[in-house]
Amino acid sequence: MVLVINEKDNVGIALADLPEKSEVKAGEHIVSVKERVPFGHKVSLRDIKKGEKIIKYGEVIGEAIEDIKAGSHVHIHNMAGLRGRGDEKV
Amino acid sequence: MKLTGYRRKDGSVGIRNHILVLPTVVCANEVARAVAEKVPGAVAVNHQHGCAQLGVDADQTKRTLAGLGSNPNVAAVIVVGLGCETVLAPSVARVIESSRPGMPMKHLVIQDLGGTDNAIEVGIQSGMEMYQIVSQYKREPIEFGELTISLECGGSDVTSGIASNPAVGAVSDMLVKKGSTVILSETSELIGAEHILAERAVNEKVKARLLAVVKGMEQKALQMGVSITGGNPSPGNIEGGLTTIEEKSLGCVYKGGTSPVMEVIEYAEAPTQKGLVVMDTPGHDIESMTGMAAGGSQICLFTTGRGTPMGSPVMPVIKICGNPITSKKMSCNIDINIGTIIEGHETLDKAAERIMKEIVEVINGKSTAAEQRRMFGFAINRIGPTM
Repeated sequence: MVLVINEKDNVGIALADLPEKSEVKAGEHIVSVKERVPFGHKVSLRDIKKGEKIIKYGEVIGEAIEDIKAGSHVHIHNMAGLRGRGDEKV
Repeated sequence: MKLTGYRRKDGSVGIRNHILVLPTVVCANEVARAVAEKVPGAVAVNHQHGCAQLGVDADQTKRTLAGLGSNPNVAAVIVVGLGCETVLAPSVARVIESSRPGMPMKHLVIQDLGGTDNAIEVGIQSGMEMYQIVSQYKREPIEFGELTISLECGGSDVTSGIASNPAVGAVSDMLVKKGSTVILSETSELIGAEHILAERAVNEKVKARLLAVVKGMEQKALQMGVSITGGNPSPGNIEGGLTTIEEKSLGCVYKGGTSPVMEVIEYAEAPTQKGLVVMDTPGHDIESMTGMAAGGSQICLFTTGRGTPMGSPVMPVIKICGNPITSKKMSCNIDINIGTIIEGHETLDKAAERIMKEIVEVINGKSTAAEQRRMFGFAINRIGPTM
C-alpha cells in the first residue's frame, strides 16, 4: 500500500489512506505508521534528520525542516522545497 | 488505423474545421462573441489584452493571436478590432494571411464600420459565407509526421507523477518515433527537474537555452519575495500530496518521455524541429495551452489528478486521469481513466496503448469531453505591465 519509486528514496507514497499505528509494506521496508497518512501523501521510510534531503524519484525534492521519525507523514509541516524560495533571498 | 484530416493550401494539416472569431483587443470581445453566436461552427475567444502594451509584451500578444488564427485546425478566421488599439486587427490579419495563404478570412474594424451593430452584421454575413465554403471541405489521409502534439498537466496530484505523466511519456516516445513533433511546456514545472531534460538536449546550445529559461522563470518567482509554494504547487496540489515545486516538476517532466530535446522555443512560437521540443510557458494551464495552440499544435494530451474541465477553442484536448477517484467523480470531464494503473488493474504500457488508440480516434473526429461541453480556455501570457 506504499509505493517506493526509487531505491534511494527516503519517503514512500501512500496508495491508500494509512491509519495511525498500522504496519505497512513499502518496497523492502516494513513501516510502522505513526500517524494517519492520507492517500497520495508521503510517509518516511526511516528516521530523517533536520536539514537532510528528502529523496523521491531518486531525486532531491526538498529538505527536512525538523527531525522526522520513520513512519511519519512528510509534507509542508516538516519539509520544505529548496527552489523558488523568494522568501529566503530578501 | 488510418488518420484523416483537412489538407490546407499552405501544406499544413488540420484535424478540425473551425471558423475562429478573434478579437485583437478587449474592446472587440463582445462583437466577436455576437458574431460567433450566429455562425454555425464558429468559435470566439475573448481576452483582456491588445491595448496599452509595450515592446516584447505587445509582440507576444500579437504573436499569440496571429498564431491562434493560423492554427491548422482553423478553416476560416474573422479578426475583429476596435481601431485604436496597440494590436491592430489588419496587422494581425496580415500575419495570418502570410502563414495561411488562401484561407477564407475577413477583418472588421468597429470604428470604421460605424459601430457595433454594423460590425456584427458584416461579421455574421462573412461568417455565413465562410461556413458554406468550409462545410464542403473533406477529410483525407494524413500522417503522424504532419502533426504537432502538445502536452499539458493540470490539477495535478500524486497520481500525475506516478501514473498519468509516465503513461503519457510512453505515448510521447511513440509519437516521436512516428515522426510527430511533441511540445513539452510549463517552464515553472521544470524547476528542480531541469537537469534531467538538460542531459537529453540534442546539443550544447539547446542545453544552455533550456537551463537559461528555467533559471529565468525561477528568477521571476524570487523577485516576488515569497516562496513559489502556494502559487505552484497550488493549494489543491498540496492537498493532493505534492509538497514542493521540485516534487511536482519531477513528476511533470515524465510527460516528455525519454526522447532527445531538439529545441527550446518561445511562447506561441512554432517549432522548427520534429521530435520533442520545449516551449517556454508558465505552468498556468490555459496560458500554456494557448501558447502551444498558437505554436500550431493540432491536439493536446492533458493529464490531471484532481480533475480540470478546460480545453482549447482550436484544438481537441484529451483529458487523461490517473486518479481512479477523480475519474469517477468528474467523469463528465475525463476522456480516459487510467486510475487502473495505481489500482493494479492495468500496466503502464497497456494504458499508453489505450491513450494512443484514443488519440487516433480524436484525430479522426471523435469529440472530447471539453469539446462536447465547449470548455474552451484562452489566456495570453503577459510579460510586461499594462500602461
